[in-house]
Amino acid sequence: MDFSELFKLSGLLGRFSPDGKCLASCVQYRLIIRDVNTLQILQLYTCLDQIQYIEWSSDSLFILCAMYKRGIVQVWSLEQPDWHCKIDEGSAGLVASCWSPDGRHILNTTEFHLRITVWSLCTKSVSYIKYPKACQQGIAFTKDGRYMAVAERRDCKDFVSLFVCSNWQLLRHFDTETQDLFGIEWAPNGCVLAVWDTCLEYKILLYSLDGRLLSTYQAYEWSLGIKSIAWSPSSQFLAIGSYDEKVRILNHVTWKKITEFEHPATVTNTKTIVYKEVEKSPSVETERFSFPPTRALASSVFSTQSKYDISQVPVSFQYIKPVADRANPKMGIGMLAFSPDNCFLATKNDNIPNAVWIWDIQKLKLFVVLEQLCAIQSFQWDPRQPRLAVCTGNSKVYLWSPAGCVSVQVPTEGDFQIVSLCWHPSGDSMALLSKDNFCVCYLEREELCRQIFP
Amino acid sequence: MGDWKTVTVPVLSSDSKNIFQYTSEKKISPPNMNSQVLRLPLPSSKSMHSFFSAFCTEENIEQSISYLNRELTTLGFPSIYAESKGKELNLISIINCMNELLVLQHKNLRAQEEEQLELSKREIVGLQERDRQLQSKNRNLHQLLKNEKDEVQKLQNIISSRATQYNHDMKRKEREYNKLKERLHQLVMNKKDKKIAMEVLNYVGRADGKRGAWRTDKTEARNEEQMYKVLLNDYEQRQKQLLLENAELKKVLQQMKKEIISLLPPQKQKPKERSEDGPVLSDLEEDIGELNKENMWELSCETVREQLTNSIRKQWRMLKNHVEKLDNQVSRVHSGTLNDKDVISREDHELETEKLELEIQQCKEMIKTQQQLLQQQLMSPCDDDTTLLLQDCYLLEERERLQEEWRLFQEQKKNFEKERRSFTEAAIRLGLERKAFEEDRGAWLKQQFLSMSTDYKQSENVTTPSAFIGTSDQDNRVVNSMSQQKKPHCMLSGPISAESCQTSQYISHNSFNAALKKPAGDSKPNQWEESDKEETE
Repeated sequence: MDFSELFKLSGLLGRFSPDGKCLASCVQYRLIIRDVNTLQILQLYTCLDQIQYIEWSSDSLFILCAMYKRGIVQVWSLEQPDWHCKIDEGSAGLVASCWSPDGRHILNTTEFHLRITVWSLCTKSVSYIKYPKACQQGIAFTKDGRYMAVAERRDCKDFVSLFVCSNWQLLRHFDTETQDLFGIEWAPNGCVLAVWDTCLEYKILLYSLDGRLLSTYQAYEWSLGIKSIAWSPSSQFLAIGSYDEKVRILNHVTWKKITEFEHPATVTNTKTIVYKEVEKSPSVETERFSFPPTRALASSVFSTQSKYDISQVPVSFQYIKPVADRANPKMGIGMLAFSPDNCFLATKNDNIPNAVWIWDIQKLKLFVVLEQLCAIQSFQWDPRQPRLAVCTGNSKVYLWSPAGCVSVQVPTEGDFQIVSLCWHPSGDSMALLSKDNFCVCYLEREELCRQIFP
Repeated sequence: MGDWKTVTVPVLSSDSKNIFQYTSEKKISPPNMNSQVLRLPLPSSKSMHSFFSAFCTEENIEQSISYLNRELTTLGFPSIYAESKGKELNLISIINCMNELLVLQHKNLRAQEEEQLELSKREIVGLQERDRQLQSKNRNLHQLLKNEKDEVQKLQNIISSRATQYNHDMKRKEREYNKLKERLHQLVMNKKDKKIAMEVLNYVGRADGKRGAWRTDKTEARNEEQMYKVLLNDYEQRQKQLLLENAELKKVLQQMKKEIISLLPPQKQKPKERSEDGPVLSDLEEDIGELNKENMWELSCETVREQLTNSIRKQWRMLKNHVEKLDNQVSRVHSGTLNDKDVISREDHELETEKLELEIQQCKEMIKTQQQLLQQQLMSPCDDDTTLLLQDCYLLEERERLQEEWRLFQEQKKNFEKERRSFTEAAIRLGLERKAFEEDRGAWLKQQFLSMSTDYKQSENVTTPSAFIGTSDQDNRVVNSMSQQKKPHCMLSGPISAESCQTSQYISHNSFNAALKKPAGDSKPNQWEESDKEETE
């Protein structure tokens, strides 16, 4: 495992290009494009205002930078550094911006969700989508990029519009039986659209591509409902995480619940492995990773090493009961992610903020629990293999694979609190992002099989 | 009754002591007198007898009577003596006193019983109270539960009503908001903000390189078609997967069916079952035939499917029953065999242990008797039998000694035999060597004689030296023998020849000594004659 040096970053805007060759990062109003392997600066662009959002186009030729305050989107080309494009929404304002799957259209959501403007980079045409829904996930593209689903709300009713991305033709328009639609997500096979309701109502609806309602699922009434959902990569399963600290798995054949995963404060099943992060006494002994020695010495003086111990079941976790009189309480399943090979599901119960729960989907049982010293900030699966990277706000990155798990200290001189991370599309490296800096971590292929806890 | 004389009553039991204690306390607390005296537990029959016998015996009748008289008079009974100072006893008064005492006893017993009755009555009352309290508590709790349930229901109703109200309000607010949005939108659009524009250096080509197409009905239709194609593809894939699964499961079911049929033993079926199974079996066979056919064509009609599942269910039930029967049998048999085994094993075990114990006892007895006999032999006086025995013992000893001596004798005999053999061998060897020596000697003498005869003519003073010649000859002989010795040494013919040389040396020494001894002053020819004689010998 090799670590690059720290580079400046702002706004947690560090993205790998889809073809895996470049890494884009923002520092205030500058956009820096680096080569992935050497981290040399390939391009440097300057925008008009502080960048709030960047996104690569699907063919990695263009990158858009959105500045919400100014209502401007600037698009840069990597092939032609001189090429520039600026989209000014003016008084309409800008709340969100994204690429279309073909990489030639930009969808801007104006302020107050008045409309979505579809700007084309190829033609002079502009399209408008009226009454978009002001929710977290209002726009969803199918994986193959053919269709787009947009959530709308007219006359206090929710609708979903399906568009063909090639020419923006409205394919289907249907209403949904939701009180207040919260999000929409396509299944990876592009044939089923999941639509779920606000957290005040536990309801999830499944629509086919042609707009027919396939099924409805409601686990219970009155209590807070769905917090997060995730499709399995094969579209076989739909995992629904709710505020009652449970994950319910629906199957794609009958759309009925096949199992429920509970996240109790005490784990008693003897077949579950619980890795507990413990601090090692700081020592300047030889480390197993190929660091340059100077950096290692420096880091070991200021930071404490940690390692994983296997805790004996039964294990109790730190359980937090949130205050009842606040909105959006920190409880329930806040994070859900399937591994790319469809074998594992990683979840996080916000009531137990220090633990990552990894479920074996083949057996539909709890497989591993990672108990960290600090609260989990984010976790991401490797895009190619069942390897999970976790960060908890300190300068360590944690990797878990079925072979074992390891805690790696990032060798930095100063403070580096990793808040987010993103994998390279090939799974060979990942970018570790903190509030002010980022670094790139290169993984060797052999890292997979090593179990490192002394 | 002031003077308390110590009554000499044999103190045998503690009961009597207690009596004295109580009676001594009598003066101190007269009202408790009766109760104290009578609170003594009625002694049991045994102790009663002992008590009674302890109090009054043949020796102290007078004293006990006087004591009793005193006691009774202090209690208020009339004296038992006929006269105040006499020794005659007033039988009537005694009987009366006894009667009075019995009546008192009865009264006291009844009082006790009444006390107990009152106590138990009070207890009952207390328990009844408690029961009433608990029941009332129970009722209260039930009531509370009901209240809670009602509250919950009420709260749920409240929630639902509030939710509907909230939704209504939200909708109202949303409508207002929408109106504002529309207004704003109109304003924004009307302003014709020239800023809302896209500035681009040059338009970029499409990703797929084609030119953009107009949106027409054709394209719309094509899009619809495309969408349906995508959906159909997905469904087809799923259907294929399901078909595969189905086929596998059907295969598994068929296998299971076959196995179940093979497991079910047909001979154990009762006639009733047979009659039932008859049609079923035939049905099954039909089914199998049908299903095989069906599978060949890979159809799956509902009826066939149902038949298959039903038949499997039936067979499974039959198998289950069969297995349960077997289980019961096995458990019965198992428990039975275990018991027998246990019994047998235990019996065997016990028998064997008994046998072993008997054996041990017998051995012990034998050892004991032998020890005794030994001791007797050593210690006790001799009888004729014992002397005979002893004699026998002695004889035995002698016999053993003789046997040992015989053994020794045999060994010695063997040794002697060995030695004799070796000696004979040695003698034979000696004889052979002597022969050889004689031959050598003869040869040498011949030589000498020949040489001597030549020399004799030359000189006559050879007689004296002849004697010495003998020795010198002897010496020469010795030298020769030495040389002969040496020769064998060189030839490495071993000690035998050396021995022979030595013996020859010995013989020659002897012979020459003999020769020397015999004729002290004989002339040489005599010597020579002897030597010739020897030679001729």
